Amino acid sequence: MTPPSRDDLAEFVYREASLLDEGRYDEWLGLFAPHGRYWMPLEPGQTDPLLVTSLLYEDLFMLRLRVERLKGARTFSQKPASRGHHLLQQPRVERFDPDEGRFATATAFHYVETRLDEQELYAGWARHDLEVVDGALRIALKRVDLVNCDAAFGNIQLFP
Amino acid sequence: MGKYAADREALAALVRPAEVHRDVYVDDEVFALEMRHLFANTWCYVGHESEVPASGDFATTEIGARPVIMVRGEDGTIRVLHNRCPHKGTRLVTERSGNAGRHFRCPYHAWTFRTDGCVYAIPLRRGYDGTGLEERAAARGIARAGAVHCYRGFVFARLAETGIGFDEYFGESLSSLDNMVDRSPAGRLEVAGPPLRYLHRCNWKMVVENQTDACHPMVAHESSAGTAVRLWEGMQKPEGTGKPMAMEVIAPFVSRYEFFEEMGIRVWPNGHGHTGVHHSIHSDYSAIPGYFEGMAKAWGEERARAILGENRHNTVYFPNIMVKGPIQLLRRFQPLAADRTLVESFVFRLVGAPDMLLERTVMYNRLINAPTSIVGHDDLEIYERMQAGLASDALDWVNLERLLDREEEHDATEIVNGTSERQMRNQFAAWKRFITMTMQ
Ligand code: FES
Ligand SMILES: [Fe+2]
Repeated sequence: MTPPSRDDLAEFVYREASLLDEGRYDEWLGLFAPHGRYWMPLEPGQTDPLLVTSLLYEDLFMLRLRVERLKGARTFSQKPASRGHHLLQQPRVERFDPDEGRFATATAFHYVETRLDEQELYAGWARHDLEVVDGALRIALKRVDLVNCDAAFGNIQLFP
Repeated sequence: MGKYAADREALAALVRPAEVHRDVYVDDEVFALEMRHLFANTWCYVGHESEVPASGDFATTEIGARPVIMVRGEDGTIRVLHNRCPHKGTRLVTERSGNAGRHFRCPYHAWTFRTDGCVYAIPLRRGYDGTGLEERAAARGIARAGAVHCYRGFVFARLAETGIGFDEYFGESLSSLDNMVDRSPAGRLEVAGPPLRYLHRCNWKMVVENQTDACHPMVAHESSAGTAVRLWEGMQKPEGTGKPMAMEVIAPFVSRYEFFEEMGIRVWPNGHGHTGVHHSIHSDYSAIPGYFEGMAKAWGEERARAILGENRHNTVYFPNIMVKGPIQLLRRFQPLAADRTLVESFVFRLVGAPDMLLERTVMYNRLINAPTSIVGHDDLEIYERMQAGLASDALDWVNLERLLDREEEHDATEIVNGTSERQMRNQFAAWKRFITMTMQ
């Protein structure tokens, strides 16, 4: 395979956000490497996901559980369903290592989640650690740092 | 003055043996009376000593609607001060934690106070010569909580100057804190990192009641825990694959009704109680290598077995916290308004135990207690629907009658069926007693 270009990396990040915003969650899960994780730290600059509480730190099994739950007939907190919207800044390439097949981008974002008449705005940075798995880019780690990660929140039900 | 502030009997009549009036959840005046009386007359959890290890260290929080500072003085004593300048009321510190050095200095006119609250200096003091300042409350410095007690590292305060003593208030319920601390081979806990902070648009008592509601998990959490079990069972995996830690944590939420009935509830006087007398959702976690050996070395094998054999689920220390001894987790319920509550979830490290225990506790915290947690979403959806439902006066009474024994007494220690609403009735009996205690 020809290694991905810098534009391919940005495209990947945009596509990830649009799959979420369009509610195509099964396809979204397909973007993760088998050992991929999604992390939302609780502390600004948090380095330890295991011995310090995070908002979210999940493997593919747990992410699949979230996606399955969203579809459930008795998922009362999704009656009616939430909708999300990402507004991304141009992703900045932070690592470009075609020899190792490893890449990383940092993307500033605004994310809106809405349900019924409520709408909440979250802002932050998403870091994507990407690697090539079977010839395709896959997410090894998506890290979402909300600018106010230590604030009190109501329900955040989808994926910022 | 509204109908309740002027009428103690009317307030007391909101609580009946099997029901409570919806005003206890939705009425602003009842909320104000709770803040003024209930949260002053009871003992509330303020913080843990490990949050303020050094002299001058402080942590801020609220008791009811009153902002307070927990501070360690130069003498090593932990005190609880009202976070309000005695001059004109300015909040003295706004950080969640920090170090004050030897003094708190008000940012408005620079009155300064020792960490025990006493006035240290007032600029241009001669402006008060002959005014009689020494007779005012302001001259006594920062107002202090009526009483403070540190129990095995957990700091509680009673704001009221006089009232029930710490030991009488908590009595045998302290055994749950004991068990949590005894699980450390060193007999000591430390707060591990920041708490989750989860905003609930519902009355605080709904959250407290839910801590011992064993009839809801299999219903409300079918969407999360039920789906987890279904997904795990349907997954292709090699024969004999052990359950991952996350499954051990989440799956027991959808145990059968009998499991919850048999686990039992123990009630204590003054509104305290716990689920999980005989077993609980925490009973079947895998053993963590090296932990029992360390415990046996510290406590002796028999005692270590007894400590670890106790698997209490949720212990409510009425009114403002719940603790989970087996996983060293504490949830603090902070009322903000009749329909708003902040829930903070803290985890603790067992000093001297393997890190893996903390790792499991941290995982539990984020899977169950986070604003991003699917189990949390299940519960909060219910609370917010209750708050919305109770806004209607279609029916005035909320039913708490499950397994009511017409003879039941409230200042008793008793063990009952795990799906009983007895602990909720117990809480309301204490609510009625401590809120009306200081009303005219
Ligand atoms: S208000 Fe604090 S010194 Fe004046
Ligand atoms: Fe629940």
